[in-house]
Amino acid sequence: MTDIAKGPAPAAAPTGSPMVRFDQVTKSYGAFVVLDQLELDVAAGEKVAIIGPSGSGKTTVLRMLMTLEPINGGVIWVDGEPLTSMRRNGALVPADARHLRRMRGKIGMVFQHFNLFPHMTALKNCMEAPCTVLGLSKAESEARGRELLVMVGLGDKLQHYPAQLSGGQQQRVAIARALAMRPKVMLFDEVTSALDPELVGEVLNVIRKLGAELDLTMLMVTHQMGFAKEFADRVCFFYGGKICEQGPPAKLFGSPENERTRQFLRAVLEAT
Amino acid sequence: MQLRSLTVCAIIAFAAGLIVASFAGFREFLPGLLQGALITVEITLGGCVLSVIAAVIAALAKMYGPWPIRWLAVVYIEIFRGTSALVQLFWLFFVLPRFGLTMEPLTVAILALGLNVGAYGAEVVRGAVAAVPRGQWEATIALNMNRAQALRRIILPQAVVAMIPPWGNLFIELLKATAIVSLITVADLAFRAQEMNATTYRTVEIFSIVLVIYLAMAMLITIGMRRLEGLAAKGLARGRSH
Amino acid sequence: MKFWDWPFTFEILPMLAWASLVTLEATILGFAIAAVLGLAFAIGRMFGPAWLSVPLAGFIEFIRSTPLLIQIFFLFFVFPEFGISLPAMTAGVMALGLHYATYCSEVYRAGLANIARGQWEACTALNLTAFHTFRDVIIPQAIPPIVPALGNYFVALFKDTPLLSAIAVLELMQTAKIIGSDNFRYTEPITIVGLIFLIFSLAAAGLIRLVEMRLNRRIRRA
Repeated sequence: MTDIAKGPAPAAAPTGSPMVRFDQVTKSYGAFVVLDQLELDVAAGEKVAIIGPSGSGKTTVLRMLMTLEPINGGVIWVDGEPLTSMRRNGALVPADARHLRRMRGKIGMVFQHFNLFPHMTALKNCMEAPCTVLGLSKAESEARGRELLVMVGLGDKLQHYPAQLSGGQQQRVAIARALAMRPKVMLFDEVTSALDPELVGEVLNVIRKLGAELDLTMLMVTHQMGFAKEFADRVCFFYGGKICEQGPPAKLFGSPENERTRQFLRAVLEAT
Repeated sequence: MQLRSLTVCAIIAFAAGLIVASFAGFREFLPGLLQGALITVEITLGGCVLSVIAAVIAALAKMYGPWPIRWLAVVYIEIFRGTSALVQLFWLFFVLPRFGLTMEPLTVAILALGLNVGAYGAEVVRGAVAAVPRGQWEATIALNMNRAQALRRIILPQAVVAMIPPWGNLFIELLKATAIVSLITVADLAFRAQEMNATTYRTVEIFSIVLVIYLAMAMLITIGMRRLEGLAAKGLARGRSH
Repeated sequence: MKFWDWPFTFEILPMLAWASLVTLEATILGFAIAAVLGLAFAIGRMFGPAWLSVPLAGFIEFIRSTPLLIQIFFLFFVFPEFGISLPAMTAGVMALGLHYATYCSEVYRAGLANIARGQWEACTALNLTAFHTFRDVIIPQAIPPIVPALGNYFVALFKDTPLLSAIAVLELMQTAKIIGSDNFRYTEPITIVGLIFLIFSLAAAGLIRLVEMRLNRRIRRA
């Protein structure tokens, strides 16, 4: 695959050290290579959309960043520190549980299938981790959960259980739940893929609002090309475990350079 | 048990009760037998509590323990599932004293039955925990919870609902198994029955009453576990997504 | 006194080996009854008329909910009352068979319930008699998937055979107890009995897993 272009340098070149850096990160299941020496820098506050056909490794990028998948090679840097390894006596060694937990504190994730806790109300879902992990008092975490649920437009659903909410509402609770941990980086893994079409908009609106109001670094895997085009600072097109092409949305969607990108965008356009 | 068969059971128990009540020996035997039944209840309750504790510890140790502890849990589960309850009871009763550990027969009974059923229960707990969707674990990692927090607050509360029906069956197995403690001189219901049978030879009457008492206790367990299941399911049904 | 006496162990091993044959005999006979009677229970309960299926359901629940030991005593002591003197072994095997028949009937029930409706309809369309429908079409399909579940009850029945010691059948447990009281040493005989049970159970469990894997492969191929 020599025709794969490395892609131009990111449009908004990161100043200083990036918030997230993938340094030659490789991930494989046995002989099957999911990600091949991935290089990706994300600046603080940058919003990166990841697109690509299924099986291209795009969800794996987020899952590795959340430490849900171990990596087979390379280093992931978050906020200037290695994620799954740590410095000891000048050498990088595999991270211990304490380091992992400190690093996870910088990252929040929203899942395709919400993964809300079914036995807790919307408010309790948002309070649980602040209480048990951050050690906040009940009153503090409740105030925080309440505020965030109001922000995602669910101020009237605090005491509802997930099953009593629509998919879009559940996903908004999940966003509030992740935000309650005050992460620096937010990961959105196909957050609208499991939703009925009429519910997609309300979730995207919440994400737009986060982009406007909060100073968050965001990585999102998405199939919503329109949203990626309008919202992201940069779009990365993944193909076969590599970044095939990346650039500002106007460039990537308007005049893609790579043949595979064109094919993919054409196919997506036909489908919608 | 289906609700239908539960009703059938109730009808049969009622009929059997009537037949039994018409026996001449009813008044004569019942008080003594009820005294034994009290011991049976005591062993059943003690055994149930012990079995749940043993099962949860063994299951968690097998799933998440460091290797020596995991190994210990596997050995416990395999030994108690692989040999028979009566052998375990006799072993604790006859062999433990040789190691300087002498216990009351009643304690031995509760210990043997609780550990025996606990070994089966460990697999129930393991299965129910494994059946909690992976996404729930991933959410706890994304929220930076540690494993103990995740288990205690998120995973186990969801697993408990799935555990209740199989635990109901295990409790009934435990109740039935209590009859063997009569063989190590504990004066439970079965023991009283044998005693009375040996002196009066009125087998049909005595054992009919005994069987009906056991049936009634089993039904109590079934009804209780159903209640519990209903309560727990209400807590989670609100939460079960679609 | 030593915790473990090896010469004594070797002295009693032949007796226990002999007794284990009795245990095995009781297991096999008991399970033969359970397998056949269980199928009859299942069919009666699922397809019998109400006057049969309802009391049968109650009877099955009754046997399942009450202790095997009491059932063994009942059969052992009750027959002489009617002038029939039954050897302990026979009474015990009957009780084991009856008790486990109720468990097996639930397994058969699940197996029968899993047969697709189309199979029944095809039998009706071909005008097969009920007997041939069961014998040639339904049961051959219903049995293989439930073999592992039946196997588990075979092992469970095996582990319940020590209860026969309560009516003095000379199986493993009873032999161990006699050895123990004759020599005032219970440690060796009871531990050996436990080990024999453990070895048999683990072997049987392995065998069942093997059958299960075979079956799964066959089902996946189909």
